[in-house]
Formats: sequence, C-alpha cells, structure tokens
Amino acid sequence: MGAVEVPALRGVDVDFYEGELVVLLGPSGSGKSTLLNILGGLDVPTSGHVLFRERDLTAAGERGLDLYRRQHVGFVFQFYNLIPSLTARENVALVTEISRNPMPPEAALELVGLSTRLDHFPSQLSGGEQQRVAIARAIAKQPELLLCDEPTGALDRETGILVLDALLRANQQLGTTTALITHNAVIAEIAHRVLFFADGRIVETRSNETRRRPEQLVW
Amino acid sequence: MTSLNRKLLRDLWRLRAQVVAVAQVVAVALVIASGSALLIMALSTIEALEETTAAYYERYRFAEVFATVKRAPRSRARAIAAIPEVRVVETRIVERATLNLPGFREPVTGQLVSLPEHGPSPLNALAVRSGRLAEPGRPDEVVLSEPFAEAHDLKPGDSFAAVLRGRKRTLQVVGTALSPEFVYAIPPGGLMPDDKRFGVLWMGREALAAAFDLEESFNSVTLGLLRGGNADEVVRRLDILLTSYGGTGAYVRADQISNWFLQNEITQLKNMSHLLPAIFLAVAAFLTNMVMARIVATERREIGLLKAFGYGDWAIGWHYAKMVLVIGTIGVLLGAGLGAWLGHWNTELYADFYRFPFLLYRPGPTSFAIAAVSSLAVALIGSMAAVRRAARLPPAEAMQPPAPPAYGRTRFSDGAFARALDEPSRMIYRRLLRWPVRALLASAGLAMSVAVLVLSLQWLDAIEDLVDSFYVRAQHQDASVAFNEVQPLAAVESFKRLPGVLAAEPYRQVAARFASGHLTHRQGIIGIPAGAALSPVHDVERGRIEMPEGGLLLSRKLAEMLRVGIGDSVLVEVLEGRRPKVRLPVVRIFETYIGTPAYMEMTALNRLMRDGRVVSGLHIAVDRASRAALLAALKGIPAVSTILFRRAAIDTFYETMGQTMLVFVGFFVAFAATLSLGVTYNSIRIALSERARELATLRVLGFSRWEISYILLGEIGLLTWLAIPLGCLAGYGLAWHMSNAFETELFRVPLVVLDATYGKAALIALTVTVACAIFARRRLDRLDLVAVLKTRE
Repeated sequence: MGAVEVPALRGVDVDFYEGELVVLLGPSGSGKSTLLNILGGLDVPTSGHVLFRERDLTAAGERGLDLYRRQHVGFVFQFYNLIPSLTARENVALVTEISRNPMPPEAALELVGLSTRLDHFPSQLSGGEQQRVAIARAIAKQPELLLCDEPTGALDRETGILVLDALLRANQQLGTTTALITHNAVIAEIAHRVLFFADGRIVETRSNETRRRPEQLVW
Repeated sequence: MTSLNRKLLRDLWRLRAQVVAVAQVVAVALVIASGSALLIMALSTIEALEETTAAYYERYRFAEVFATVKRAPRSRARAIAAIPEVRVVETRIVERATLNLPGFREPVTGQLVSLPEHGPSPLNALAVRSGRLAEPGRPDEVVLSEPFAEAHDLKPGDSFAAVLRGRKRTLQVVGTALSPEFVYAIPPGGLMPDDKRFGVLWMGREALAAAFDLEESFNSVTLGLLRGGNADEVVRRLDILLTSYGGTGAYVRADQISNWFLQNEITQLKNMSHLLPAIFLAVAAFLTNMVMARIVATERREIGLLKAFGYGDWAIGWHYAKMVLVIGTIGVLLGAGLGAWLGHWNTELYADFYRFPFLLYRPGPTSFAIAAVSSLAVALIGSMAAVRRAARLPPAEAMQPPAPPAYGRTRFSDGAFARALDEPSRMIYRRLLRWPVRALLASAGLAMSVAVLVLSLQWLDAIEDLVDSFYVRAQHQDASVAFNEVQPLAAVESFKRLPGVLAAEPYRQVAARFASGHLTHRQGIIGIPAGAALSPVHDVERGRIEMPEGGLLLSRKLAEMLRVGIGDSVLVEVLEGRRPKVRLPVVRIFETYIGTPAYMEMTALNRLMRDGRVVSGLHIAVDRASRAALLAALKGIPAVSTILFRRAAIDTFYETMGQTMLVFVGFFVAFAATLSLGVTYNSIRIALSERARELATLRVLGFSRWEISYILLGEIGLLTWLAIPLGCLAGYGLAWHMSNAFETELFRVPLVVLDATYGKAALIALTVTVACAIFARRRLDRLDLVAVLKTRE
C-alpha cells in the first residue's frame, strides 16, 4: 500500500487583527496545530499564501522565517520547554538578548506575577510557574503575534487560570495578537473570536459578544 | 526464544536501521576493537618471535656457550668436551676479510666462518636458502649469508674478489644461507645490519686454515650443553682451559650479540605491550558507560512496562548486559581480525631485521582469549552503572517521564564568571558544572587520544634526536677503521699519508669483564687519547667530556648495572693479552643513548695492557674529493679488517628504521584518531539526543542554526580545548614512561617532544572534532521543530 496524501488544512482563509485574542478549537487532527505552525513560521503551506503585514511568509525562506520568529512571534508550548540550565530570568533573557525591542526580563516576569521567583531554576518551579516563565519569555520581546499551543493542557484549573490571566494581561497591555489552541471549550469564552476546526477546515467562526474573565471559568 | 531476547534482537536490528545510533555503537566497538587489536598484535608478535626464535635455535642447533681465542690446537677440543655438562663441541675458524664487490666502491667487511670438512655442523647449522654448501677440497667456494647476497645481487655461480690476510683471492659463490648465529648480523662496532657493507661468508675449514695460517688450530669454539647444564660453570672452566691460548673470555648465549639484540627487542615489545591497549580499553569503558546510560534513559518507559509485566531486576539487568556484550563482541571480533593481521604484518617486519629461515606466526588462543576477556570485562564494568540503573528503576517511576535535570545555584554556576557570559554560553557552562564527572571523563578521553598522538609522533623526534646525538653531536670522524690485530701507534702516521685523509685519531679496544661486589658485566674498554676530537667521549647533555689521565669513564647505564658511582672502584678483568686484573676508580659518569660503553685514556690503557704503544684502529676525517682514491687504497691494506662510514651508518639507520617507523606511527595515529572519534562522536551524539528538544525550542524562539550549533558544539569544543593541553601533558608523561620502559642495555630512547609534535597532535584531534561537528551539524538541520510544541520529552 502506498502513502496516502492527507491534507492537514484545506481552503483556510482567515485574518487575524492587531490586539485580537483568537481561540482555535477542534478535535485532534483537525488542523489547528498546522495553522498555528504556519502562522509561527515553523511550516510553510504546500499551496496558498500567508501574509504578515503585507509580507508573504511563504516566500521568506528559512533565514527569513528565523528572523520573523525572532522579531515578531512569541511561542508558548504545552510542556513549557524551558531551558533547565537557566534561571527564570535567564530563560527570558535568552530571548531578549536576540530581539530588537525587548522589555527587561524582570518586567516580563512581573507581568506574569513572578517577580519573586526571578532566580529560580525550572526544576525549582511548579508547573504553573514554569508555564508563566514561558509566557514571560514569549512576550518579553514584545511580539506582534503570540502563539500558544495548549498552554493549560498540562495544568490543573487553578494554575490554568493564573496562566490564562497572564496571557490576557499581555494581550491587553501590549496589544499582542494572540492565537490560542485548546481542547477545552470553556477557555474559548475569554476570546474575542473563536475558530472551530474539523477535517482541516474552519467550520465555524464565532465572535464573543461578552468575554469572560479567566477566574469566571469553570472546568 | 524469550520475549526479552527477541526485544534485544529487534532493538539491535532497529539500531542497525538507525544509521546514527549504529555509528555510535560502531564508534564504541571500534575503540574496543582498537584496544584488543593492539593487544593481540603485541601479544601475538611476541609469541611469534619467541616461538620462531626457539624453533630456529632448536632446529639449527644454536650453540649455548661461545669463546674466541687467538689460536689453539684442535686437540684441545677433547679437553673442552670433557668439561662436565658439555654435550657437543665445535671448533672453528672465524676471521675477517676485506671484500671487493663488483659495482660497489666502498670496501666491504666479510666475516668468514669455517664449515666442517665433513658432514653437517654439529652446532650453528646453516639453513641453506639457495645452491649448496662449500665442498671439501674446493678452497674458493663460499656460501653467503642471504641478506648480504641479496644486497649485492649475488647468486650461486657469481664470483668476487677478496683480500684474505693480504692475499688476493677470487671467491666463487655456491650457495646462500642463514644461521641462528646471525639472525641480526651487524658489523663489529655497528648497531644495525648493513648488508651492503657487512656480510657473513662460510668457507671450507681447510681453505680458511690455509689462508689464515691456522692449520690444525682453531680460534673460535662453540658448545652445546646437556639439558639443564650450568652454563656459567662451563664458561668458568672453559676460560681456564683457553686462557693460555689467548682466550678473550667465554660467554653464554644471552651475551651472544645477535641473540642479545633479538632478546632486547622482545623485552621492549613486552614492556610496551600493555600500555596502549590499557589506554584504549579505559576509554572504551567510559564510552560504553556513556552509550548505555543514554540507551537506558531513552528506554525508560519500556523498562517500566517490562517491570510492570513482572520481569525482575536481574532479567532487565542481564538484558542490557547482553547488549553491552554484543557491542563488545563486535569490537573483539573486529579487533581479533585486525590484530591478527597487524600481528602478522608486524612479525614480518621484524623478519626483515631479524633474518629467520621461516616464520612461525601461529597465534595461539591465549592472546585472543586475553584480549577478548579483558575487552568484554572492560565493557561490562564500564556499563555497570547504567545497567544497574536500568535494573533498579522502580516500574511506576520508569513509566513517568524523567524529571527535568535539576540545576541549583552554586558559587560557580552563578559566580561573576557565569554572569559575564551570554545565555547560550551560560547554558554550556552550567551543563558542564551539572555533569562535571561526565565532562571530565569526556575531556580525559579526548586527552588520551591527544596523548597517544603525542606519544606516536614523538617517536620520530626521539629517533631523530638519538641519531643526532649519537652520530652527529658525538662523532666527527667520516670513517672508522679497525685492524685485524693491534698495530703500533706509528701506523697512524702512515694512514695520515693516505690520499684524502685529513686527520686520524687512534683508539684501542680491549675485551674485559667488570665486577663490583657480586655484580659482573662483560664490557669492552675503549681507550682514546686525551684531547680526542674526532670521536671523544660524549655526554648527551654536557657534550664532549675531557678525558682524565687515569681511571674509568662509565656510561650511566653501566654504572647503574654495577651499582657504582664516581669515586667507587671497579674490578676490571681484561680478557685478552696478559689478562691483567686490576681495580680502577670510576672518575666520570656520562650519559649515552646506545650501549653501555666504558672508556679509559689510551696511554693508561696501553700501560695496563703492558704490550707497548699500540692501537686497535683509528677514526679518520676524509676530504670528500679524494674519497674514491682513499677507498681504493683501504681495500688493499691487509691490516684493515673493517671500515665503518658514519654517513652510511646514519643512512642505514634511517633506511631500515625510517620506513618502519613511519608505518608504525601511521598506524598509531589512525588508532588515536579512532579514539578521538569515538569520544567526540559519542559526546556530540548524546548531547544532541539529550538536548534535541531544547535546541528545537530555541529554533522555534528564533535562534538560527548557527546559534544552536554553538550551544551544542560549544561544549565539545570547550572540552577539546581543555583536552589538548591535558593530552599534551599526558602525552609527555606517556613518552616519559615509554622512554623508561624502553631502557635496555642496548639503547635508551631520549625523551624529546618537539613543539611541532604537540601542534600536529592538537591539529589531528581538532580535525576529528571538526569532522564530527560537521556531521552533527547536518543532524541539527533536520531537527523536528514542530514536534517540540506538542510532545513531552
């Protein structure tokens, strides 16, 4: 049996606006992660175009994508991906050292409520704290685009709310366009807009009339 | 087959499919292979040389006691045979002659040895290589030693001219042969065989007796003893019998020159057989540990699962131990093949120097067994910690992903130095501090490869220095002429008048035995005039040493063997002439790399000998332009028995040693590079597999390939930089150890390591690191950036 081609995304046409918080919802394999990867410059679509402020990322080349990620995109991973040999402050500094207009690492950590844990190593922090360091690391360069893949997936509700709070604060205070993947439908209520994925397509788009605060969420 | 064994096979099979992991296993196996190959090569060469020597000596009846006299009646043979424990006596005639070979301008020294008139030699039988032996009643027939015949392209049927005791003769070559007496055939006073300028010739006894006026007499006797016979006692009795015939002291087989060189070589081989394999196997232990630790770490979950199914600690431990054994066995098998081949090659190389009629390279199971057992043991010991960790892992914990490596704040990890670094460099720095033992061992492994490189390459430096010291700094003559018999000092003047002779300086040499307490040593005394300039006493450090009027100048090694120092006295028993026996003070001790010489002022030596102002030979300085005329003149002087040319000696040295040395050094460099490759490649691979996720994260965060390469390779780069000075130091240490281990009566290897040698070793190590880095860099280009977003480690 030969390999069967399975397109991860088909005919997706979507715009993200400055300062907007968008939640991507859908079952596994529905294409939301692929979209996030393409938005983050980790992947390029086999056909079609991705424009970042009128610039075509599909033609950027590898070095161009490196620079795009370095200057414009912040990532928050499900499993934090902190560098174990660096303290919280240093993990943030890792990114601020290579970006053009960063905020001080301390300010980024204060924004996520960790100003008292600056000099702790990842192994000395709880899961929620580690994820908030990861958010601080992502926003410290003041990116235009913040991409979060299941940022609360590995956390309990209480910690998850702290993390969402930090994300929301960054979105509001820095005006960062934020795209957040989750399996947890409840979290969609903090977004401006929710994209529903199935079979590689956006099957539904919903704008929230009223957004909830993270601490109001129950799961 | 049990499920676990099936898993083992599939794991290995899967590893095979993963080129990279295979390369890792191969790198470990190669280091093990190198270690066992070196061990097998050394052990099997020793075994082959010893076996060949023993068989040769046995089959060709190599004598056990030797003595030289001026002239003794053949009837004395009966008295000699009556010495208890003597089994067989062979008296013979041994003389020297100057040969004039077609197409070779320099005079050639021939050592003539008589063959019995009838029947085979009872001792020191010849292994005929071509043609036949000389027949009785044909005085011009001669059998040549095979290497000599080869050097001059002489075959049975050819003829050449020779001057036998002043009479010119034409000798007919009837055969070529080898003799156990001349496995290593060197001219008197020489160090290396020079088959162009020195050869052994066997002739019928009657012919030789007639030529040298030794009818019904002999001047050499060799004895075979009864099994278990006391050779020293036989020597003592033989000396008593032969003293009045001008005996120069009998000696046992151990002191026979050819055998002595051969045994020295075997001793040296033994001395160095353990060192290099030990280094390789130590590094192999470390590498096995490194690779197995990583395999256990990546198979954590599977171990947990197996344990959850009810497999016990032993079953799991044995499972991984078998994996180590498989890797080790691959190494041993490779090593056995390579080692056997190298051993054979090495033995054949020896057979070029040491001429045997046959070569027994039949490595017994012992050397292979020793290599296999030590290699496998080393691999198992090395991997013990990792295997134990696998066995002890509690199943519940094993099924969980490992906790992230815990870093803590310490004085070093957070000191001013750490703060001065940028984040990527700080990552490198803290990782080294987090696993200091691993870093240290990796660096030590690399350092050992640099050390082996330094050790191998410095051989050339040492040999160069040895030749320079012995032949260039110590000697200034162009040629040394030895006489058949002592000549009056006035002969020096007549030599000065020969064409092209710029200067001539006499020397005298007498056979003697030195004794101090119960320690004795047979050693000739060289007498040289005060103020000698052509061939003075030379100390390797201090240079020319002024000759004091009385007393002995001993080489350091001889003084050590006799346990005497300056101011002590030594009992000297001269073994020729009137055989004086006197106590002489040691007045100077000097260091030389070759032999264990002893010197006296020539006039004092002549006074001691009470036979007038005579000389044994002379050193001459020659005007290059008149060289041909001089050579022609020398060929016609009957008193001359040998002529040694300094330049020719140096050339021969390099010709015979040079190529062999280069090939050897090449091999060792290849082995050292393997060592370096094993450590570097595994270090990089393991760092890469441990950090793939971290590096991919950094790529996602916007770091370029070069930047993450720096983080990955910076560590190994740093370790290599640390390893180089460390390795140079260790290399010096090894060279020092080797020069001590190599110290024999025959020669000492000077401890010389040129700066360029350190440079070359460092360069080779860096090249290997860079090659591994390029390979790893290609892997970095294929990092899966997307996977890190989703998966837990």
